[in-house]
Amino acid sequence: MTVESTAATRKPRRSSKRAGAAKTPQASEPQLVQLLTPEGERIEHPEYEVDLTPEELRGLYRDMVLTRRFDAEATALQRQGELGLWASLLGQEAAQIGSGRALRDDDYVFPTYREHGVAWCRGVDPTNLLGMFRGVNHGGWDPNSNNFHLYTIVIGSQTLHATGYAMGIVKDGADSAVVAYFGDGASSQGDVAEAFTFSAVYNAPVVFFCQNNQWAISEPTEKQMRVPLYQRAQGFGFPGVRVDGNDVLACLAVTKSALERARRGEGPTLVEAYTYRMGAHTTSDDPTKYRTDDERQAWEAKDPIQRLKTYLEKQKFADEAFFTGLESESEALGKRVREVVRAMPDPDSMAMFENTHADGHALVDEERAQFAAYQASFADSAEEGN
Amino acid sequence: MAAKSMTIAKALNESLRKALDTDPKVLIMGEDVGKLGGVFRITDGLHKDFGEGRVIDTPLAESGIVGTAIGLALRGYRPVVEIQFDGFVFPAYDQIVTQLAKMFARSLGKIKLPVVVRIPYGGGIGAVEHHSESPEALFAHVAGLKVVSPSNASDAYWMMQQAIQSDDPVIFFEPKRRYWDKGDVDTDAIPHPLHKAKVAREGSDLTLAAYGPMVKVCLEAAAAAAEEGKSVEVVDLRSMSPIDFDSVQASVEKTRRLVVVHEAPVFLGTGAEIAARITERSFYHLEAPVLRVGGYHVPYPPARLEDEYLPGLDRVLDAVDRSLAY
Repeated sequence: MTVESTAATRKPRRSSKRAGAAKTPQASEPQLVQLLTPEGERIEHPEYEVDLTPEELRGLYRDMVLTRRFDAEATALQRQGELGLWASLLGQEAAQIGSGRALRDDDYVFPTYREHGVAWCRGVDPTNLLGMFRGVNHGGWDPNSNNFHLYTIVIGSQTLHATGYAMGIVKDGADSAVVAYFGDGASSQGDVAEAFTFSAVYNAPVVFFCQNNQWAISEPTEKQMRVPLYQRAQGFGFPGVRVDGNDVLACLAVTKSALERARRGEGPTLVEAYTYRMGAHTTSDDPTKYRTDDERQAWEAKDPIQRLKTYLEKQKFADEAFFTGLESESEALGKRVREVVRAMPDPDSMAMFENTHADGHALVDEERAQFAAYQASFADSAEEGN
Repeated sequence: MAAKSMTIAKALNESLRKALDTDPKVLIMGEDVGKLGGVFRITDGLHKDFGEGRVIDTPLAESGIVGTAIGLALRGYRPVVEIQFDGFVFPAYDQIVTQLAKMFARSLGKIKLPVVVRIPYGGGIGAVEHHSESPEALFAHVAGLKVVSPSNASDAYWMMQQAIQSDDPVIFFEPKRRYWDKGDVDTDAIPHPLHKAKVAREGSDLTLAAYGPMVKVCLEAAAAAAEEGKSVEVVDLRSMSPIDFDSVQASVEKTRRLVVVHEAPVFLGTGAEIAARITERSFYHLEAPVLRVGGYHVPYPPARLEDEYLPGLDRVLDAVDRSLAY
């Protein structure tokens, strides 16, 4: 498949001159689960299947288009100085919408800081995602309203929170499940390995959804691992599967299957969504310094949105009115995001003293009072000046 | 019910038992806390009586223990996790500092993490490397955490109850060399507030402020000083975050002299904070600079040297003399 051939064209790691040095372990790249080819052809897979109505397919397409539009708007807002930083999901829409739409309302999601598409699926207002990037808060939504945890910035930490939460589900006798999102770079973190260990030992209903977008800032996957990532699960005692992360249908089918397995009490699954970050890691880096145009172009040919569009058109599942309507919906979303961000007020300066402790803390109280008095002293001098 | 005499270890065990009994959401987690009852037997018998669903033996992975405890707390549980020894907390330090401490603030108060991290700490038991450290200042420095340490059986019993009931994460330092010290515990008493200091011995010439394992040393020093006609007051801080500066200030404004004693290195430690604050608050009451007695700025030494490293009776009395000489 094309996805594999791209990976195969990457330069091999320089082999060590020492005798007996490890060799590249895999002879060939593993099979990806795929249900929709980059050319928009629907194909079958012996283990995974989805049966969606045209309306549901249009829904997935709409989710991806609006998520991309939102993401583009946020990138633009960062360039205009309205956001301090943005972590774009461009190229990862299928992985996020596919997995996000596999969830039930009572499932719980532990995201990284790039899961804007999953947040969309959970019903989090996209403008709420921007507060932390604008610098007005560290997370602008109530995690328990949407069962969507706050973005976690320290790489991989949330996989342990997801595992603990899933252990709690078992204790409660519930049949919901948890999805922990993380990236290929996070797979190098000890916390991710510990999350695999704990989830396996306690048979926790957690799906580890790794979006292998090929790059951890400027570090390629070759700097993170020597075996295909999904194969790691085997060593921890649970299954791993690699799915075409640019195929929304395959991502949906594979995640759904892993969630069902978790609900049946059969424990964790690692899903490696093989995809590509089309943009920068965040607006702070410059991907032209560490990767080639050829690589990006090869992945553009596998664009997740275009392939579903081709399929919808070929099957006549969507007419012109649908696409036009979606375009204006998309523009309206962009406009709303722009307006809300620009109107987002800075927090009150006293806010930094709030929510440090649930039960209060004498030192914080003392410093809050000192700060308030200091602030008030300016008001006094202003009055005197008048 | 009359007070019962028990060791600090037993008081902690009874306290954990009561918490498990009272609140089905309380869980005990850690390495070897199950059948073994912990390497110090603090959780002895709890696995047998409450089962492995409540008293959970974990993989040997400290970050995993704290990280999954956070997840369980997010699901509504109240985990009490044991870090086997002080020097082993560092693999979990990231989870404690970047996640446990910050999630309440990050969520604008929507997420409470009532997790207690129990850490047997301090020296004096002749242990090998990484088994005798006093890292409390590293945790007290982190906003979002509360840090406490009992010095006697009654406080061990009650402070553990209060820590578990707190909606904030609490780092609970247990003075391991005092585990076998006995004291009276009145399980029907009205407990002293968790973050309020206690005057452990009244005096009028000088205040010794200490917590955890050093309170006993300071009480012995006060008794020795009394034989020389010096009246030394001992304040048991009990809490390193927040620190009850009001109680220290009240004592210092009575005695006019302060010596802070802890096992942890003096440099940038709890004593430094107390010295600075009390100097700010009580400058005109002080007859002498605030002195500190503690560990040196060196790695915790091999066991055969720990008697030199740890503040003992003589070093505390020496500081008392120096203060009184001003």
